[in-house]
Amino acid sequence: MSNEAILHGSEVSTHEAHHDGHGEHHHHETFISKYVFSMDHKMIAKQFLITGIIWAILGGLMSVLFRLQLGFPDATFPWLESILGHWAKGGKIQPEFYYALVTMHGTVLVFFVLTAGLSGTFANFLIPLQIGARDMASPFMNMLSYWFFFISSVVMISSLFIQTGPASGGWTSYPPLSALGDASLGSKTGMDLWLIAMALFVVSSLLGGLNYISTILNLRTKGMGMTRLPLTIWALFFTAVLGVLSFPVLLSGFILLLFDRHAGTSFYLSDIFLASTQKALPNEGGSAILYQHLFWFLGHPEVYIILLPAMGMVSEVMSTNARKPIFGYMAMVGSIFAITILAFLVWAHHMFVTGLNPFLGSFFVLLTLLIAVPSAIKVFNWLTTLWRGNIRFTPAMLFAIGFVSLFISGGLTGIWLGNSSLDIHLHDTYFVIAHFHIVMGVASFFGMFCGVYHWFPKMYGRYLNNTMGYIHFWITIVGAYLIFWPMHYEGLAGMPRRYLDYSGWASFNQFGGLNHFISIVSIIVFAVQLLFVFNFFYSIFKGRRVKTENPWGSNTLEWTTPIHPGHGNWVGEIPEVHRWAYDYGKDGREFIPQTEPISANESEHH
Amino acid sequence: MTMSAFFIIAVLLLGFLIVFQIAKASEYVAVLKGEKKTFEQNNRINGFLLLAFLILGLIGVYWCNSLLKPKILGEAASDHGQKIDSMLYITLAITGIVFVLTQVLLFWFAFKYQYKENRTAFYFPHNNKLELIWTVIPAITLTILVGFGLYYWFKITGDAPKDAMVVEVTGKQFAWIYRYPGKDNTFGKKYYKNINEAQSNQLGLLWDDPATHDDIVETEALYLVKGQPVKLVINSRDVVHDVGLSHFRMKMDAVPGTPTTMWFTPLYTTEEMKQKTNNPNFEYEISCDQMCGKGHYSMKGIIKVVSQSDFILWRAKQKANYVQAFPEKDPSAAPAPAADSTKSKKPATDSAATAKN
Repeated sequence: MSNEAILHGSEVSTHEAHHDGHGEHHHHETFISKYVFSMDHKMIAKQFLITGIIWAILGGLMSVLFRLQLGFPDATFPWLESILGHWAKGGKIQPEFYYALVTMHGTVLVFFVLTAGLSGTFANFLIPLQIGARDMASPFMNMLSYWFFFISSVVMISSLFIQTGPASGGWTSYPPLSALGDASLGSKTGMDLWLIAMALFVVSSLLGGLNYISTILNLRTKGMGMTRLPLTIWALFFTAVLGVLSFPVLLSGFILLLFDRHAGTSFYLSDIFLASTQKALPNEGGSAILYQHLFWFLGHPEVYIILLPAMGMVSEVMSTNARKPIFGYMAMVGSIFAITILAFLVWAHHMFVTGLNPFLGSFFVLLTLLIAVPSAIKVFNWLTTLWRGNIRFTPAMLFAIGFVSLFISGGLTGIWLGNSSLDIHLHDTYFVIAHFHIVMGVASFFGMFCGVYHWFPKMYGRYLNNTMGYIHFWITIVGAYLIFWPMHYEGLAGMPRRYLDYSGWASFNQFGGLNHFISIVSIIVFAVQLLFVFNFFYSIFKGRRVKTENPWGSNTLEWTTPIHPGHGNWVGEIPEVHRWAYDYGKDGREFIPQTEPISANESEHH
Repeated sequence: MTMSAFFIIAVLLLGFLIVFQIAKASEYVAVLKGEKKTFEQNNRINGFLLLAFLILGLIGVYWCNSLLKPKILGEAASDHGQKIDSMLYITLAITGIVFVLTQVLLFWFAFKYQYKENRTAFYFPHNNKLELIWTVIPAITLTILVGFGLYYWFKITGDAPKDAMVVEVTGKQFAWIYRYPGKDNTFGKKYYKNINEAQSNQLGLLWDDPATHDDIVETEALYLVKGQPVKLVINSRDVVHDVGLSHFRMKMDAVPGTPTTMWFTPLYTTEEMKQKTNNPNFEYEISCDQMCGKGHYSMKGIIKVVSQSDFILWRAKQKANYVQAFPEKDPSAAPAPAADSTKSKKPATDSAATAKN
């Protein structure tokens, strides 16, 4: 009943919001209320997904551009000049533009794609459907969450077109570099736009996160106890908790930075003499390291904000397609919980070489390596889920398996970097690039692809093309390893990140051939992602139609809705839940949906 | 646009078209053959590919190692670097075993338990004993790694020996400045508002403090002594930089307003490293490892590790920064032994040239 009330309430507010914004449309279910200012969580999920895809193409394209520079430092590409103008004078990417590209690539992929695009899509889509709710607790806030993200995107994109270029101090934007326009071109207007866009992004993320948390806690259908939730929901729940608790700290850091930039304060600035102006700045007594603490207090939880939804979806898809319960459900929930707590206690491992007190650093070593324990539990539980299963290799399942492989590879190098003594040598080298791209970048992308392939039929009532899916998977996993595996060696040689040309260095110029190779592979992998994008949009309109409600033989509630669920999801009553989500292969039955009551002669267990 | 760009785009488009046609056709074939048969066929192919990926992947890991290992820097050139390298091998051994074990299990299980019509999945929702095992074993292993790690960490970050040479390193966009304390072994006071590059005062030394008068400020190279511990006091004049010493395996940020330190003992002279690496152009390089602006990639410093006697010779030739700023106060230019004054002429003109720059 409460769901009905909320839905009803939301419709009233639809009307009002609608009325304010667009006085001339007075009727419901117009194009605008259905596709633009929609309050249906499913439509908002699709908005997040498609915006995320557009951002991913842009962010990926940026990496292709800077890989051109890294792989072919001596070549010139006159066509770049025709597209980019003075940023690529004479067909060569200029240093300022190179740094703008790496900065925007990081910002876009970390925040706009793997946070908004991933959590925004799947939290919106799956939470009401899998817990048995008609919509989010506040559909209006949910709509605002998307539109703040959209405005944030517009501001961020606009920074690409201004005279001095976008922010170029790295995605972490450490001051004083990011605070002083005279220290770097990108720290002029571009940095202000970056900060404004990020502030709007934080607002979007908080509106979304609070909504996800209250929906999961309050709107579960009858019988859906917390321990009967699918692991996707647990993962999305902890993701939202992480975001709600850590994004405000980031925002505070940004606000202080804005004050330092424009109000003459000295939070981060001290003892600075700029060679470009030959002037000493008046600021004294600030600490540049303070920003790093504030940044990484979000920055580290952020990697779990990116990773946890992928873990949740992988657990769900893997269990469904192995036709076997996820192994150690409570251990899986417990390990996500442990990761969430620890995520807040490890931020200073990004700062081992900032002059941090070594004694303090030792606690961060201990807590960081502690994260490997819940991570190991998860990996072994996934392996045991596969063991003696009856596995169907759908594209979603392949991406789930690929995720585990990448999570292992990238997770193990985390044990290297988290150990401060090794970090002294490896910090800010290509080893770090390899580590976080594998474990956070590619692995989370695999989680996202896994989710898209698996839930596409629910989203659009059609299937993605399988053959293109298989090609997409195989080229991507092989390519990802070819790109990032050899980078570990560059890092072991101490090769620093964020250099656009290594030829002037006796210590690092031996990797020219390797960089060449990596660039070529990354262009191929990027092209294959475009194939996926094509498959996505083509299949929305022309894909094979879904003919049954439950095409994967899945237990969870979203597959009890009609093939094309309307706003409100279920026709008639919301189904009641009688069991956990993972009764696959029990008592000789392939799967037992959550809605099926426990029968008298059923064997014990959940 | 050039022809080659058109060509590449044409090839890509053609590739897309072909893949799309195949993908489309395969859907029709699936309908003709029956969904079940197509599914089984696809499943077998992907199961096989997963196994092939595991085997080729492991071969690839081995091959990549043999190809690239000779290209990493070789032996560590400092005592701390040796400790870091041993830590690296301990970590590599442990994570390497876990890597191979888990990847083999992952792909082997996927291959072995692929769909078979007559197979039924084993209902196995949990097992406390197993879960306890893989909580405790990783915990113990990580304790070992934390133990080794912190042992080395405290050795490396502990106090520098009393006899360590102290050199101040200051980063600026986009170069390094080195300061030696001179004969009094004391760094004179400095204040950043006194920086005046036109008057040869790159660090803002306070000339009122007599301790500054013999401080040597150098930008060409950082000279260190083989076998003598050196403590670097690291500063920045503008944004955050980082003193990255890949051959010594050391690294420390340069933060404006907050000096940091690190110490180590160089084990081989630059000349010895030229022979060790078979590279006549070998130099110890300082790489800036913290994003610092458009010239970040070119912010290089050179370290010359020399013998004690060569170091003394080198230092004797250096002019104090005070003298460079006030050439008229050069004590060696005033009436002095004839041999000395001829010696000092050349560095004096050198410093005049740098001041002009």
